[in-house]
Amino acid sequence: MFRLLEDSATDTVTVRIEDREYDVPAGISVAAAVLLCAVNKLRNTPVSGSPRLPYCMMGICFDCLVSIDGVPNRQACQVEVAQNMTIEYQQGAAELQQRE
Amino acid sequence: MKSHYELLVVGAGPAGLAASADAARLGIDVALVDEQKAPGGQIYRNASESADRAQVYLGKDYLRGKRLVDEFLQSRATYINNASVWYLDDRLETGILVDGASHFISADRLLLASGAQERPMPLPGWQLPGVMTAGAGQILLKSAAMVPTGRLVLAGGGPLLLLIAWQYLQAGVEIEAIIDTTPGAGLLATLPRLARALPALDYLLKGLSFILAIKKAGVPVYKAIDTLRAEGRESIESVSFSTVRGKRRVEVSIETDTLLLHQGVIANIRLPLAAGCEVEWDAQQQGWKVIRDIWGQSSANQVFVAGDCAGIVGARAGELQGRLGALEIAYQLHRIDLRQRNRAAQGIQKSLKRHLSIRPLLDALYAPSKAYQLPHDETLVCRCEEVYAGQIRQAIRMGCIGPNQVKAFTRCGMGPCQGCLCGSTVAALVADETGATMEQVGYFRVRPPFKPITLGELADT
Repeated sequence: MFRLLEDSATDTVTVRIEDREYDVPAGISVAAAVLLCAVNKLRNTPVSGSPRLPYCMMGICFDCLVSIDGVPNRQACQVEVAQNMTIEYQQGAAELQQRE
Repeated sequence: MKSHYELLVVGAGPAGLAASADAARLGIDVALVDEQKAPGGQIYRNASESADRAQVYLGKDYLRGKRLVDEFLQSRATYINNASVWYLDDRLETGILVDGASHFISADRLLLASGAQERPMPLPGWQLPGVMTAGAGQILLKSAAMVPTGRLVLAGGGPLLLLIAWQYLQAGVEIEAIIDTTPGAGLLATLPRLARALPALDYLLKGLSFILAIKKAGVPVYKAIDTLRAEGRESIESVSFSTVRGKRRVEVSIETDTLLLHQGVIANIRLPLAAGCEVEWDAQQQGWKVIRDIWGQSSANQVFVAGDCAGIVGARAGELQGRLGALEIAYQLHRIDLRQRNRAAQGIQKSLKRHLSIRPLLDALYAPSKAYQLPHDETLVCRCEEVYAGQIRQAIRMGCIGPNQVKAFTRCGMGPCQGCLCGSTVAALVADETGATMEQVGYFRVRPPFKPITLGELADT
């Protein structure tokens, strides 16, 4: 996985990934945060169910699709972390959810 | 944000930044849309904020990005960030997605500077967690000061792979091995190109300094490897390949926690294709090029291209192409006359020629290996829909004569990435199986939406 190069005292935000809370540097992408927190996958693919983590980090590969604050299929590398953000793994294909 | 600009520029890398800043200076009402939150593109990503770090391990070239970003931000150009282009047509109507809402912008001129992507490098196990692109590693370094932990292996070839190896070494990161997959150009091909590259001596010296640094650090380098595999169950555990030691062929396996892959970059031609620009296959670069005149004007009416999206030229040349595009557009929009345009272009063209002189050598030295463009049947090609090379070959043997038919029969390229990670491999497989040229084979038809958009976002237009 990945680590921070400098332990400079940057601002941090707290995000929840599945059931755990993590403090991560503000301003980084959700995909970067996930790699920093060393979780072992972001999703299981719809076709074979195999685990995936971010691959290109620049918005083209869509391997980092994940559910963020209840919205499925977000590109983790294109979304910045925010205080109290909830990140949940995506299991297989996303399901339509009824809006209230 | 207005609904019409004289000039709309797509992409805030060196070409787009330079074009926008110059166009604004010449009195053109210009807007620049970009997907990232800060200007710089991928090459100068986060350049305005990580300048301190640049001195230490990112390298001097990166500082140039800050100057370019500042030049743009101080100009009168409108900057629309966090904006994905999801729609584009040949009437210069552009649909962008910002903050969960879609907007349409029309323009008198369009300048596409959507850059490059890394050439997909399909090999067994490249879909395993822990395998990423070298570009991804570099983005993490630039934008978040993050480096891999554990055993790191770099594989592939090209200037970017050398650069990231040098950057990691500068930052004190250990590299377990570098696996060079390029077949290596013969001396006969290299020497004349080397002579032609002499005007770009600075590039040669820089590359040489990277190679020496890697040598000095004692990183094991394996050469001309064409059998690389990533292995592991839930994530990568090792890489394996065969190599020649003495006179014997031996199997090598290296325990690996992170594998970064790279085999050069290819033009991101999706937006130019959508705008109706004609493209041609460049055998030397093994990639598509947008047909353009010296100002960057494409075959599509009022559509300009600059930088790597029209064929790989590198950051400095891309910047200069952006400036040439702005000059011609200013001339067409009657801000400057022919004499002013030509006078201003002289120095730029001279400099551009110098920066381009290194390309033939780089293309020859780092030509991608066939092994990772025509993968074995059991290698995954389409990461989204999980289609393997064997299934694609079978579809071709059944009679699919082009990428679009392969897509219809196998779902290859039908997933969310829309073929970005499989398009070049599918086309290469079709050409190889049918004996057709790449030009005859063509590419996936590009259709909007280029980016997934929800019905809610569309309704908010």
